[in-house]
Amino acid sequence: MTEIKLPVSADEIRKLKAGDEVSITGVMITARDAAHKYLIETDGPEVKEILKDSMIYHCGPVVKKEGDVYSFVAAGPTTSIREEPYEADVIDRYGVRGVIGKGGMGAKTLEACGKHGSVYLSAVGGIATTLARSVVEVLDVHKLEEFGVPEAMWVIRVENFPAVVTMDSHGKSIHDDVAKQSRENYERLLGT
Amino acid sequence: MGHERLAEHFLDLIRRASTILPPDVEEAIKKGIANEGEGSGAASTLKLLLENSRQAEEGSTPICQDTGSLLFFVEIGPDFRQKEVEEAARKASAEATAKYYLRPNAVDAVTGKNSGDNTGLGMPYFHFDQMDEDGLKVRLLLKGGGSENVGAQYKLPDGKLKAGRDLDGVRKCVLDAVFNAQGKGCAPGVIGVCVGGDRGAGFACSKQQFLRDLGDTNPDPALADLEDRLFTELNQLGVGPSGFGGKTTVLGVKIGKRHRVPACFFVSVSYVCWAYRKASMTIKGGEVSHD
Ligand code: SF4
Repeated sequence: MTEIKLPVSADEIRKLKAGDEVSITGVMITARDAAHKYLIETDGPEVKEILKDSMIYHCGPVVKKEGDVYSFVAAGPTTSIREEPYEADVIDRYGVRGVIGKGGMGAKTLEACGKHGSVYLSAVGGIATTLARSVVEVLDVHKLEEFGVPEAMWVIRVENFPAVVTMDSHGKSIHDDVAKQSRENYERLLGT
Repeated sequence: MGHERLAEHFLDLIRRASTILPPDVEEAIKKGIANEGEGSGAASTLKLLLENSRQAEEGSTPICQDTGSLLFFVEIGPDFRQKEVEEAARKASAEATAKYYLRPNAVDAVTGKNSGDNTGLGMPYFHFDQMDEDGLKVRLLLKGGGSENVGAQYKLPDGKLKAGRDLDGVRKCVLDAVFNAQGKGCAPGVIGVCVGGDRGAGFACSKQQFLRDLGDTNPDPALADLEDRLFTELNQLGVGPSGFGGKTTVLGVKIGKRHRVPACFFVSVSYVCWAYRKASMTIKGGEVSHD
């Protein structure tokens, strides 16, 4: 288990290899479809400072509000591939060091990871209560009214957030490996 | 008669569905752990699923943050009216959202605006069947979006898969759908299949398979054989828990059938993630029971 403290440098990130289990502590931001579109169409004034050397979490949480204080109740990863058209540009433009989600991403993002010193990390899909427990504080939220709870950009502080590096900055993707291996099995089972 | 507190009963049903992993699913995940072998990465991923579910039940928080679409399957007796049941379920869905058992998940398809309380056009979804005797039986599925996205419908014959209009053709369609899903539907999933029907009826029937117990046996022997064979074969794909590789790609395969018109042969494949949330209640003579 490798400990990662945010903000993190590109050099630190380049030491990570696909398959490494990590535990992340620090401030990161949730972003999914509406937020990625926003980050590309604007220069993200509310979040750009935090995003530098930090991470994006593909997550649409269940959030509780008590008085003025928000807390995460359930917060597992959402499918990342939907952000494939945007992510490489977001990594480049904002200096993002890690993208956390589920299911993996494509060639463009893998290339951006190599070029800029970033990684893609998988959180285990569906373990929303466990992951919400590692979100120890909600610091801020942007675009809540406009995007709604799941799509808003939540600025969160996490402690020991568990994830696995599945795409590293050296061009290796576990998702590609599993897809390749399972394709061989699939073709054999299909009998073609 | 159980009518006055109907919305409360629905609220409890939603809470149980969202926060308690059904026993048959837990059992299937445990079998997966044994199969993967202690110390393997796949087994430790599967253990995280159980640990998460234990924490969710303990704190009455959602097993997964995507609490999905609410699908109510209702058997209704003559002493209940469809309208009062729908109203109670809608009220309970809004209430459950306010209590954080559900995430606000109903989005206007044109404006993109979230209704904020899980109600909207066609949400929740209802399927009613009439019963002869008095009472109400409700089964609820919470079907997550990630797994819904990896469902697929095929039209046989399919040249690319070399799949003909027979059960071997059906087998090939299911292999193709689960291979394409990789880990994206939060594997290990449960696969619901319908052979036949039109496009709408096919998908409806494929989802109704999720009302079955994972341990049951299909009454149709040909479909029972295909279920067994596909269970074995899909677990040889190597996709594994969360798509990280492993022997546990599916927890079950359930297949139904519908008559079709001669010109059409559809195979509809629905995928439900390991966070396979289902709960039921029966109301009879004012008494509520869970089964
Ligand atoms: S597919 Fe299922 S487990 Fe995965 S995020 Fe969606 S609802 Fe949760």
